[in-house]
Amino acid sequence: MSRLSVRKTYKLYIGGAFPRSESGRSYPVTSAKGDFLANASRASRKDARDAVVAARKAFPGWSGATPYNRGQILYRVAEMLEGRRGQFAEELGGGKRAAAERVDATVDRLVWYAGWSDKIAAVHGAANPVAGPYFNLSSPEPTGVVAVVAPADPLLGLVSVVAPVIVTGNTCVVVASEPSPLAAITLAEVLATSDLPGGVVNILTGSQAELAPWLAAHMDVNGLDLTGVDDADLALRCEQAAAENLKRVLRPAPEDWTADPGLGRMTRFLETKTVWHPIGI
Amino acid sequence: MAIFEYAPAPESRDVVDIKPSYGLFINGEFADGSGTPFKTVNPATEEQLAEVATATSDDVDRAVQAARKAFGVWSALPGAERAKYLFRIARIIQERARELAVLESLDNGKPIRESRDVDVPLVAAHFFYYAGWADKLAYAGFGGARPLGVAGQVIPWNFPLLMLAWKIAPALACGNTVVLKPAETTPLTALAFADICRQADLPPGVVNIVTGAGETGAAVVGHPDVNKVAFTGSTEVGRTIARAVAGTDKKLTLELGGKAANIVFEDAAVDQAVEGIVNGIFFNQGHVCCAGSRLLVQESVHEEVLESLRRRLSTLRLGDPLDKNTDIGAINSAEQLAKIRSLSDLGESEGAQRWSPACELPDKGFWFPPTVFTGVAQSHSIARDEIFGPVLSVLTFRTPAEAVEKANNTPYGLSAGIWTEKGSRILWMADRLRAGVVWANTFNKFDPASPFGGYKESGYGREGGLHGLEAYLDV
Repeated sequence: MSRLSVRKTYKLYIGGAFPRSESGRSYPVTSAKGDFLANASRASRKDARDAVVAARKAFPGWSGATPYNRGQILYRVAEMLEGRRGQFAEELGGGKRAAAERVDATVDRLVWYAGWSDKIAAVHGAANPVAGPYFNLSSPEPTGVVAVVAPADPLLGLVSVVAPVIVTGNTCVVVASEPSPLAAITLAEVLATSDLPGGVVNILTGSQAELAPWLAAHMDVNGLDLTGVDDADLALRCEQAAAENLKRVLRPAPEDWTADPGLGRMTRFLETKTVWHPIGI
Repeated sequence: MAIFEYAPAPESRDVVDIKPSYGLFINGEFADGSGTPFKTVNPATEEQLAEVATATSDDVDRAVQAARKAFGVWSALPGAERAKYLFRIARIIQERARELAVLESLDNGKPIRESRDVDVPLVAAHFFYYAGWADKLAYAGFGGARPLGVAGQVIPWNFPLLMLAWKIAPALACGNTVVLKPAETTPLTALAFADICRQADLPPGVVNIVTGAGETGAAVVGHPDVNKVAFTGSTEVGRTIARAVAGTDKKLTLELGGKAANIVFEDAAVDQAVEGIVNGIFFNQGHVCCAGSRLLVQESVHEEVLESLRRRLSTLRLGDPLDKNTDIGAINSAEQLAKIRSLSDLGESEGAQRWSPACELPDKGFWFPPTVFTGVAQSHSIARDEIFGPVLSVLTFRTPAEAVEKANNTPYGLSAGIWTEKGSRILWMADRLRAGVVWANTFNKFDPASPFGGYKESGYGREGGLHGLEAYLDV
């Protein structure tokens, strides 16, 4: 007699915990061929707000951690992901080889960003030679809480937008790919076991059109990454809503997730702080 | 109090030649505007200085077309050649420095001491600084980066020529062309700059100046062939602009309002701190987005600092902006004066105590005495809203953590000040203050090499320094 398997319940990831949507809603997730895979939580406005609260709460600790520490933790995420390559490849589905390559590229992307934690200030900061007896130094600092609408690419795309946001000290609320949210929740299991403080990454699954506008209009969100928004009208409405508290917005644009990421995704959600002090005796 | 009287020491007006009327500067030529011309006045006397053209959306369109046409030529020039034009402009600004300073003080109302010693020298320095970058972008990490195209720039009235320099110098260095709209109360130095562009033989269309009020600005920002929008001004207008460019490919930088905390610890050098407080809020009549408008004093030294501050304020001289001994000039416009009055009255009615030194205000013109409010709570309007005038709100704190909490308790995040003799405390505070510029044991210092710009609702993007280049390149 064959063993009856134990299925996983896919929930949200908020403040380091895995709650169901407070709304009690879920939606069926299917494979590319249309086969039922699992039910995913369909997050509500309240869940989005709870996630922002969790992200805000985590911000002082995470932004105040040493860059070395943040780099270590991101590297740890890569290690944990490496250990689950098979599981992720299976979850991604499609061709086995192609899926394995995407997972490997994801691990490598995490390692790449992990290394930036204690280098971005060296390439994006400056000692400014002002015309007077003053010490003058510009350093990058994280913007705060960033809402991220993740692209359709369920794992490599997701990690490629989340890693640059958090490596510099921001915390985030992520709306996972609506049709393929399962890898995002499995990634949350990786994050939860990688010493990443709860609340640094919060992952919502559900309707992008429902969740993105709430996050875009939320007054305690400082940045908005619209990469995953395909609907031009939704992107426009989100960017307009973001103007209310002058969120830093990354507009949607076609991306090749296998290309060199560059610094742009990190610098978009960095502020520059310049400190002056007189020089004297 | 007066031990001796100052004799008047007015700077001569002869150095400027103000024409009765000015047109728009489009494609290297002065041209009439299609709108109804407006008057610009000397805020110290209410005397009309000149009549200035209003650019309609058709005029703005012509300016953008001229800039688009010039972009091909300008962006194709080797960086070293663009640099030489900017160096030339910087030199002419230095040569015409006295004229520009007098003109700025006449049109804006700021003391000649400031326009002569701060504004105009910084303008020249800005052009020199960015001139040098034009052929070195690859070394700054921008190898392969391209200019954006036509930049639409809208600037405020508080530092008219300096804000023009902050906008035009980096834009041109990176290979962009510009359409700039100066503020409607202070257009004259921008028009003098147009003449400087001609003297420098800058190719026509590289710099276009369109004058007018908000509608002209909206036409610049909203023009479909503008690739980059840069705005300095109020947070309210900044929001409108951010909404207007949403869904387009336009790159946007905003330098908006502020409500900076100037934090004085009990171990601070009090005399230096008081000079810093005065410079922080009374420089340029407080018409400064990064002004230290909230003074946070540690409770133990509150009395001592306030007493010293009142004594110092009693020595400030308010009056003729062209007098070289004047510390406090005129408020820029009747409209701004009304706003300062109404917010100050609100401060009083909400329960704060108002104080000003004995100070005679001239009969004509727009004037407001240096004003200090004590007993201010965080909930008071004068602790939350940007007044943009010579009005200081004083609050107290007990611990460094409380100072940080109060300083950051604002939707703005442009600047902050820290006064303490303890180095580790400066750095601890500087780390925690959510502001783009932190002045420690100094205040209101500016330099072209130093990036300037805000956090949160004070806007985004930086002007000045290496960081200022990013706003004008496709990175």
